[in-house]
Amino acid sequence: MASLQIRPILAALRHHRGATALIVLQIALTLGIVCNALFIIQQRLEHIARPTGIDEANIAVIHNQWIGKYTTAQMDAMTLSDLAALQRLPGVADAYDDYTYPAVGPMAQLSSVRYTRDQPKKTSYAEPYYADDHALSTLGLRLIAGRNFRADEIMVVGDADTQMPPVIIITSDLAERLFPRQTVVGRVVYLGDTPSTIIGVIAHLQVPAIGTHSFAYCAVLLPRRNANFFNNGSYYIVRAQPGQLDAVIRAAPRALLKLNRMRVLDEAGGMQRYSDLREIGYLRDRGMTLLLSMICAVLLAATVGGVVGLSSFWVSQRQKQIGIRRALGATRSDILRYFQAENFLIVSFGVVLGMVLAFALSITLMKYYELPRLPLYYLPIGALLLWLLGQLAVLGPALRAAAVPPVVATRSV
Amino acid sequence: MFRYYLGLGLYSLRRNPALTALMIVLIGAGVASSMITFAALRAITADPLPAKSAQLFVPQIDNFGPVNGTPDGEPPLMLSYIDTMALLRAHRAEREAALYPVRFSLVPAEVTHAPFTVQGYAVTGDTFAMFGVPFLYGSDWSKKDDTEGSNALVISRRLNEKIFDGVNSIGRTVRLDDHDYRVVGVANDWNPQPRFYANADIHDVSEVGEAPDFFLPFARAVNQQMTSRWGNFCPADDYSKDSDWPAMLQSECVWISFWVQLPTAAVVQRYREFLDGYAAEQQRVGRFHWAPNNRLHNLLPWLDYVHAVPEETHVSFLLALGLQLVCLVNTIGLLLAKFMRRRGEIGVRRALGASRRAIYAQFLTEAGMIGVVGGALGLPLTIFGVSSMGSFFEPRVARLVHVDVSLLGLTLLTAIVATVIAALYPTWRAAQVQPAWQLKAN
Repeated sequence: MASLQIRPILAALRHHRGATALIVLQIALTLGIVCNALFIIQQRLEHIARPTGIDEANIAVIHNQWIGKYTTAQMDAMTLSDLAALQRLPGVADAYDDYTYPAVGPMAQLSSVRYTRDQPKKTSYAEPYYADDHALSTLGLRLIAGRNFRADEIMVVGDADTQMPPVIIITSDLAERLFPRQTVVGRVVYLGDTPSTIIGVIAHLQVPAIGTHSFAYCAVLLPRRNANFFNNGSYYIVRAQPGQLDAVIRAAPRALLKLNRMRVLDEAGGMQRYSDLREIGYLRDRGMTLLLSMICAVLLAATVGGVVGLSSFWVSQRQKQIGIRRALGATRSDILRYFQAENFLIVSFGVVLGMVLAFALSITLMKYYELPRLPLYYLPIGALLLWLLGQLAVLGPALRAAAVPPVVATRSV
Repeated sequence: MFRYYLGLGLYSLRRNPALTALMIVLIGAGVASSMITFAALRAITADPLPAKSAQLFVPQIDNFGPVNGTPDGEPPLMLSYIDTMALLRAHRAEREAALYPVRFSLVPAEVTHAPFTVQGYAVTGDTFAMFGVPFLYGSDWSKKDDTEGSNALVISRRLNEKIFDGVNSIGRTVRLDDHDYRVVGVANDWNPQPRFYANADIHDVSEVGEAPDFFLPFARAVNQQMTSRWGNFCPADDYSKDSDWPAMLQSECVWISFWVQLPTAAVVQRYREFLDGYAAEQQRVGRFHWAPNNRLHNLLPWLDYVHAVPEETHVSFLLALGLQLVCLVNTIGLLLAKFMRRRGEIGVRRALGASRRAIYAQFLTEAGMIGVVGGALGLPLTIFGVSSMGSFFEPRVARLVHVDVSLLGLTLLTAIVATVIAALYPTWRAAQVQPAWQLKAN
């Protein structure tokens, strides 16, 4: 039945070329923008949802900076007594010291991994953590293969020490890149000029820098401690026993200040929950998601509004024709279906043009910004959305059209 | 006549309140969304130093080479100590500034006050004049302080208020870590955004754009072996350098931001040639094993080059513009419907002697009225959007954004102009109405 109506619909649309073209254009623009916006939103949500691999719920972080000039060895002794004090606190499971913290850390070092010393190009990028024998237990990381660092393997370093340690632990993701489907423990790689033997492999652990995409899980644990990393101090990372985090957060700064007052703890005045730090780290992604969602919502609402407005106009303009059709025997549902089919046709034109626009916009965005190409499956999803909204928008005006009584045909005007 | 058209417009708009309201909401929402994102873009792309930016340039020298450098072959953003000293000694620019970020713990004189962290820059003496740092008290340090690396210190107005209650503190002492510094100047609210001058600091989100707390002589910081707060970037084959400060100074590690002031295009060209000559000389003596690969960016292109503007700001503005375009197309359609419904009225007016011009005037006036009301609706939406900027953009961007008269004026103007442009096609169609045909049809 509906297919029979296509010819008269086309004929009618030809009479309203201007208005039809405007709706088609609007649908097309909406589709183009919404597809790209949804794609960006989805990417940001994926970014936010990336697991860190650590026991986030029970971890807290405090920044410590010593005041005064100390040798590296003196500073390390102070750090060690701090760590011992933290580990002794009731409710603390374990603690270690690092120059940054996972996923949303304030700092990261970019390293490249090579198979041999003289290899000109890197095999993979990686980002290191400065770990000790307590790091795995503090972060809640699981060894898949090999062993943890021993206390005597930890190197105490200053900023200028660039010598790479003889033993390292890497993530399974980095292991897979370096030695696909092979035994990794015992293999030797180069992070600098000296060889490092891989002694252990851990499961997922995100690198410190939030903006990392292509090697987000290629982390390396170096057995190192640097209490004043480029004058930035360092971070004590503490894991509490379940349910004890709040008590630990209150007790830790007091315990540290009692031990030694000549230090600056976090400007905020203390220890922060890791989950809060992670939240702050992703503010930028969250904001973009919110903004684009609002743009999409307004856009779709505007399109629905526009379709409602123009359909209403057409219905009121064609009162007389509708009356004549009804008088000649068309049922209410015939009239309803006529307007629904008309809307479907117009939206379809818009969808075809919109797919082209969506792609053009995607290519423009790719050219100027770091965005991947719009995946094809966004197009049918967007099209379906617009068809549905179109039908929803036309329903009211079409029902009003169907309610036009046949007697209208007999009236002049 | 205009008042008559206003009256007609008002009457017509009241006749279909739903349609009129729809158009007003569309225009308001459209203009507000593009204005909110525009406010963010405008704030973050504003010239951080309008009076000086045209003359400020960043020289880059490729001391990493093709093997150790970035895949796209761009030279490092900062300079090594070797190249910094070479450029300072050559002194080919009107003014030169070498600087790097440092951080201290400030220990207040009163023992009851807790120590706190301060962040600032080690800078060479030209920096103040070159960047136009204004002084509340005192001035920058002397030439002697600069070359000898004395304990002179310039502090910010904010720090002065915090530790000296805002009084003239020239000659007073500030204890940073375990050294005493002598205040020679208090800088008056100098905080250009983004922090263009600190090449690696532009992306620093941790300090949400507060003014630097202090400046100290570059030579002093180097003599005291203060490392850059941002660390240093070393080519892979330089890792094995001995782990002491003098060796670091002689290494190819880059960690210093360098700026030059070049007043004219001819001077810029000469400086370019000088840089290439310098790099060629380094190649000749065997330090570089590659052809000169230098850059000399002016301040604003430099901000682009280092992607100082987060791409979110651009992308969201672009998409918001798209939204406004859709609202505009929508308005065209709705106006067309509205105007064409009044064919009969137009026919009568034309038959009674109204010219096409009169029809144009009447309908464009009506559209203008919709634009004014739509814009008026856009104003509170824009104000609301800008005030809740913190939930859309990162704090560093959000704190720069503000509502001002020019933004509100632009909102209103955009709404009116956009609506009148949207009305052109419907109005043209209205003016084409044939009076005879309409009268006959009635």
